[in-house]
Amino acid sequence: MNLVIIKYNAGNIESVNNALQRLGISAEITGDHEKIKAADKVIFPGVGEASTTMAYLKKEGLDKLIPSLSQPVLGICLGLQLMCSHSEEGDTPCLGIFEEKVKRFQPEPGMEFVTKVPHMGWNTITNLNSALFDESLNEQFVYFVHSYYATVGEHTAAVGNYINPFSAALHKDNFYATQFHPEKSGPVGAKILENFIKL
Amino acid sequence: MLAKRIIPCLDIKDGQTVKGINFVNIKSVGDPVELGAMYAEQGADELVFLDITATHEGRKTFVELVKRIAREINIPFTVGGGISEIKDAEALLSAGADKVSINSSAVRNPKLIDDLALNFGTQFVVVAIDAKNYDGHWTVTVNGGRIPTDKELFSWAKEAEDRGAGEILFTSMDHDGTKAGFANDELARMADMLKIPIIASGGAGNMDHFVDVFTTGKADAGLAASIFHYKEIGIPDLKSYLNQKGIPIRL
Repeated sequence: MNLVIIKYNAGNIESVNNALQRLGISAEITGDHEKIKAADKVIFPGVGEASTTMAYLKKEGLDKLIPSLSQPVLGICLGLQLMCSHSEEGDTPCLGIFEEKVKRFQPEPGMEFVTKVPHMGWNTITNLNSALFDESLNEQFVYFVHSYYATVGEHTAAVGNYINPFSAALHKDNFYATQFHPEKSGPVGAKILENFIKL
Repeated sequence: MLAKRIIPCLDIKDGQTVKGINFVNIKSVGDPVELGAMYAEQGADELVFLDITATHEGRKTFVELVKRIAREINIPFTVGGGISEIKDAEALLSAGADKVSINSSAVRNPKLIDDLALNFGTQFVVVAIDAKNYDGHWTVTVNGGRIPTDKELFSWAKEAEDRGAGEILFTSMDHDGTKAGFANDELARMADMLKIPIIASGGAGNMDHFVDVFTTGKADAGLAASIFHYKEIGIPDLKSYLNQKGIPIRL
C-alpha cells in the first residue's frame, strides 16, 4: 500500500507516521502533488492555527488538490477543521469538503473553571456512523486537544460531548476526518487507523 | 465525559528512570521506554519524562531518547528538563514529544512561556511549579526544590496562565515523597483561580489520595512516580477503584 502523509507547516506530523509504523505501514511524508495524487490513501494531519495553515495550503496549491482527491483521505484534528467550510479561528474560509462550520468552545457562564478550554484529554465518542468505526468502539475513550470544534451536521460520523455536542468525526464520500488524535489514542486509536487503512 | 488523567512520571538520569525521595538518594528503576510502554499498556493516560538533572548540571535534554519514546508509545507524553530556549523545545517536539514542561527556566525568564505558546500553541506548554511552604507562604523553588525564589506560588501560577501556559504541573515539595496525600487545599485554591488544567504532583501514597485529589483537590490529573515504579499501586487497580468511587476515568 502506498500511503502518503501530507507535509505542511503543521506540528506533530511525525507522530502519525510513528503510529502507522507500529501498524507495519511505512508512509511517505510529502507535499509533492503528483505523489499525493498517486497514493492509495492520504492522511492530512495537523496541529496548528487555522488561518496561517490555510495560507500555507494556498501558497502550495494544496487547497485545490486536497478537495479534488478521489482515494480515501483522513484528516486529523486541525485537518478535520480545515476540511470544513469555515473556521472562527482567524475568521478563515476553509476547504469546504464538509459543510459543517468550526466554532470556538465557549465555557458555560459561571463554569469557566470547570469547563476549561482547550478540551484536552480522554473523552468518549458515540453515534458512530462511518467505516472508520465498528460497534466495539462506541463509548470508547479517545484523546482530544482542541479549542475549536466542528458543529454536528449531516456529515457527522461520531459525536463528542464537551460543553456541547460536536463532531468528533466527519465522513463524506471518500473523505474521513477525526477531531481526536487516533495516533495518540492507545489501542482504540490504532483500531481506527487500521480501519482507515483497510478501506 | 472528560476523564481525569493518571500520569506516571519517569524521572530520567543518564537515560535511566530514577526516582528520588525528596529529589535526593536516586535509585535506578529501569529503562524509560520499556517502563513507559508498560504503563501505556496498563492504562496510563499520559506520561511525563523529566530529565531531572538537566538544570542542575546544565545538561541539554535527551532528544534521542524522546525519538525512541515517540516510536514506541501510543499515548501523549510530555518531556521536560533543560529547556531554556525555543530551539530546545523545537528539537524535542520534532523528536515526537506532545508537550514540553518548563520549570526553572520559566522562573528565570518568564517570557519563555509567551515565546513557546506563540511558536507551538498553548497546548504544548506545561509550566511545572515546585513550591514549598515557608512559614505559611507558598514559595516557588527551583533546581529540584533546592533554591527558594522571590515568586509566590499562586501569583506565579496565574502569571504562567496569562502568558500562555496550557497546563500547570504543581508539585508540593512539602508533600513530595511523603506518601501522605496531595496538597489538596493549595490545589483547590489554584483550580478556583485558573482556567487551565492542573496536574497534581507530590504525595501520592494510596488509592484514596487520588480520590481526594480529584474531588477535594479539584485536579484534572494526578501524577506519581515511585508508587507506580515500585508496584505499590497498579494502574488498572487504581483506575477501577476511582471508577467505583464515581470519578470519571478511562477504563
